[in-house]
Amino acid sequence: MSAVEAAGPAAACRGGAPPPPPGGRRARGAGPLRWLPVVPATVLLLLFLAGPIVYCVYTAFTDMQLTGSSHTDFVGLDNFRRAFTDPEFRNAVWLTLVFTVISSIVGQNTLGLVLAGLMRQAAKWVRTLTGSLVITAWVLPEIVAAFLLYAFFRREGTLNAILHWLHLPSQNWLFTLPILAVSFANVWRGTAFSMLIYSAALSEVPKEITEAAEVDGASGWRRVWHVTLPMISRSIGTNLMLNTLQTLSVFGLIWAMTRGGPGNRSTTLPVMMYDQAFNKSLIGYGTAIALLLLLVGALFSLVYLRLVRTEV
Amino acid sequence: MSLPSLLRVPVLRRPTRARIAASAALLVAAVAFALPLVWLVLSSIDSQADLRVKLPSSPSFGNFSAVLTDEITFTPMLNSLVLCGSATLLTVVCAALAAYPLSRYRGRFSRPYLLTILFSTCLPITAVMVPVYGLFVQVNLIDTMSGTALFLAASQLPFAIWLMKNFMDGVPLVLEEAAWTDGASGLQTLVRVVLPLMGPGLTVVTIYSFIMMWGNFFVPFMLLLTPDQLPASVSIFTFFGNRGQVIYGQLAAFSMLYSVPVILLYALIARRLGGGFALGGAVKG
Repeated sequence: MSAVEAAGPAAACRGGAPPPPPGGRRARGAGPLRWLPVVPATVLLLLFLAGPIVYCVYTAFTDMQLTGSSHTDFVGLDNFRRAFTDPEFRNAVWLTLVFTVISSIVGQNTLGLVLAGLMRQAAKWVRTLTGSLVITAWVLPEIVAAFLLYAFFRREGTLNAILHWLHLPSQNWLFTLPILAVSFANVWRGTAFSMLIYSAALSEVPKEITEAAEVDGASGWRRVWHVTLPMISRSIGTNLMLNTLQTLSVFGLIWAMTRGGPGNRSTTLPVMMYDQAFNKSLIGYGTAIALLLLLVGALFSLVYLRLVRTEV
Repeated sequence: MSLPSLLRVPVLRRPTRARIAASAALLVAAVAFALPLVWLVLSSIDSQADLRVKLPSSPSFGNFSAVLTDEITFTPMLNSLVLCGSATLLTVVCAALAAYPLSRYRGRFSRPYLLTILFSTCLPITAVMVPVYGLFVQVNLIDTMSGTALFLAASQLPFAIWLMKNFMDGVPLVLEEAAWTDGASGLQTLVRVVLPLMGPGLTVVTIYSFIMMWGNFFVPFMLLLTPDQLPASVSIFTFFGNRGQVIYGQLAAFSMLYSVPVILLYALIARRLGGGFALGGAVKG
């Protein structure tokens, strides 16, 4: 193996793309034994991730219950039939959709992009301050974030105090608009991720191109719309997928803020899954909902894989 | 805390007015993001704290001394440390071992394997928690620290492998080849040559995995039942959710004690995680 070839991956890697190992085969450790180190990770993943997924598929077709699990029968598609006629399930699907659109697609994604864009122009100390605050909200443990925003949105909380000070009508947010409150909570907690992704993407847009557009007389908005956004479109795609997947699995934040209530007005699919399985003891039905959630997640993951495929 | 270097982008030459407008807009966002955090800090030193932001009339550390007991702070924090520490160790060891052949050799299965790993990083782990509970009851792992740690490790493993493999790709092959020529085995080469060279990457994977597990609520909430086994993420929920009259100041104080370690840890890796994001496959213009 020549030194030039060996230097290849190292050089390529600085650009961020994983390099294909040159030649592929090594004198040392040739043969199947060289794959031995993959075994522990694979065993762990098969037992604790693949195992539960297979078990999930099986349980979703049974009438398993939490209490008196003396016998569990195979019930075919009953759980799914039940779900699709259950108004509570439809309510949960709708709320999950609202939660995802408001908090992930509109909230985190757009706000993250706007913040990243503004940061390129703002004074340095403002950039550092804002970035640190947004990232702190993200690093904070989920339950602490839930608790902080619970305090913020409560009737006696900070938001109403501000509204009162501005002479605007206040209200009991967690009671009147619970899904909006938890959506905003998720925006508060999750925007940092999009901001980091877009900051990286924007820093890779060559300055010459935006300057050329400026020289050609394109106004600020037109430059953003016709030059910058198309150039980071792949980042937008991957970020939307990752945001949506993260939002689909939010449980702790909603559970700690509202427990899905009042009534079922903030019961998204993960909350309903938990509620059916443990509060109503219907493990089979809860798992069927989990399986549907997993399928939607898998679908989004596949789209994501297609978007980043060329880099593997 | 410091920002990832990628946020420190070179500022384009622009009219000052645009710069002031951008700064003002960012400051508004900063205030919105700061309000809940300010409440946390102020309430933790206010014995009369309620739910809105206000300056404490007589600031004191009374809330902290009230929660610094075995029952409220020390036992849950120790549980968190044992649970997340052991799970992180397992994740990092498995990820380093797996990443080595994936980074160094090209086999028929390495690409499908990596694609499967990347696919699993995205799956909503929340959705498998009900079946995991069912499975753990069947195999008697429910309410055990070891079972919970194993599941936490497995759930964090796909991203750790992916990150580790990308950091490993950045280590030049020249030194390894020298080690091979000297007759070192694959494992020796990994431990003595490759891992020391990727110290920063190893730190990022370790701390990132630890932060994710430290903040994880749903997994221990489902899999651990005995109160004195609960980590801080669940005990804080019990504290906050199940007591009749919540003492907000104390809750804020406990939240601070629970959050500050991960915020400090994050600050340690912040600069390098920026690069990790680019490598994470998520970013390409």
